[in-house]
Amino acid sequence: MSQEQDNPFLNGLWKESPVFVQFLGMCPTLAVTNSVRNAIAMGLATTFVLVLTNVLVSSVRKLVPNQVRIATFIAIAATAVTVTDYLVKAISIDIYKALGPFLALIVVNCVILARAEAFAAKNNVSRSFADGLGNGVGFTLGLTMLGTVREVLGAGSFLGVSLFGPNFEPWVLFLLPPGGFITLAFWLLLFAWYRDRKARAAAAPAAMQEVHS
Amino acid sequence: MNESLGHIFVDSLLINNFVLAVFLGMCPFLGLSSKFQTAWRMGVTVIFVITVSSILAFGTNLMLVALHAEYLRLISFIVIIAATVQLTEMIIKKASPALFRELGIYLPLITTNCAVLAVALFQTVRNYNFIQSTVYAVSASGGFCLAIVLLSLVRERVELSDVPSLARGTALTLVLASILSMAFMGFAGMGGGG
Repeated sequence: MSQEQDNPFLNGLWKESPVFVQFLGMCPTLAVTNSVRNAIAMGLATTFVLVLTNVLVSSVRKLVPNQVRIATFIAIAATAVTVTDYLVKAISIDIYKALGPFLALIVVNCVILARAEAFAAKNNVSRSFADGLGNGVGFTLGLTMLGTVREVLGAGSFLGVSLFGPNFEPWVLFLLPPGGFITLAFWLLLFAWYRDRKARAAAAPAAMQEVHS
Repeated sequence: MNESLGHIFVDSLLINNFVLAVFLGMCPFLGLSSKFQTAWRMGVTVIFVITVSSILAFGTNLMLVALHAEYLRLISFIVIIAATVQLTEMIIKKASPALFRELGIYLPLITTNCAVLAVALFQTVRNYNFIQSTVYAVSASGGFCLAIVLLSLVRERVELSDVPSLARGTALTLVLASILSMAFMGFAGMGGGG
């Protein structure tokens, strides 16, 4: 436990990945991952909001009375999202249109509130910054993994670059909503299988020794 | 925007079902769908919350537009939703303490159900008038209720069958949701006439 607490960045990045372990922020995870570009853009926007919210929450954590903390956290998150919304609009109108309402919906992405409540409200600013960054990058990574599978199978391209030539028949289902569910399900199955195999490999020598003794 | 009410209703209930086609409200959809009773109550509560907050959001938006303060939209919608959830909590506590205990922690969590905020935002973006947005709110939340009830019924059945241990839990639920979502794609042709 102490080791995990020592590195909030790495912890959020993979071990407690928001997408594959905590199952937080499922809506954007499934909705905007039909292309790698959208997935990365959404991940970066969420990272930005996460870091900003975590830092702000952590710096006011001693001033806010316990009863109104959730309302305060949400107001802070809404401010950060409004800023992000205008920022993305200014940077690229294409991405803004592709992400559509899901950009504004970052405010109700559970990962924001969960990190604010579970981490930033109890830790100092620099650790909260690392936690926000770690979770944000972990979220981006998860989104990109989903987006890669869906774009490669569903459109035969990666980041808009065609991979298989003109003869490839795209598997459109993967771009449609059912593909989102099933892709995430198969990533989870893959991880479960890997963990299971590792656990068995670790258990096997011990069992052998028991037999011999 | 001159969409007919019937079109809005069918479109948001079935064709663009909030959960299975637009991916909104995933957290309660995956988290609360293991039992039919809980799913059904959650669905009805969400219908109530979404309808009330949609009406309030409509009024607030008129005020914000009149004041030229559209940039405050997100924050004020969030405040409205949080207040509506609080109101619902008080009503349920008064009317049915048993239901209140059953919903427990999930009641305040409706605040972060993205479907609620999405209804408020979509009706604004699409410039619906008052009646249109109310119909939209009722049918979109009805769609959520329908989806979560369907999934809970399927999950209660699957609970009894022998599933490979690897697939138990979230992975299985996601596969089921995917199949349901495919089934709902069959409705896609229905809205053409509206």
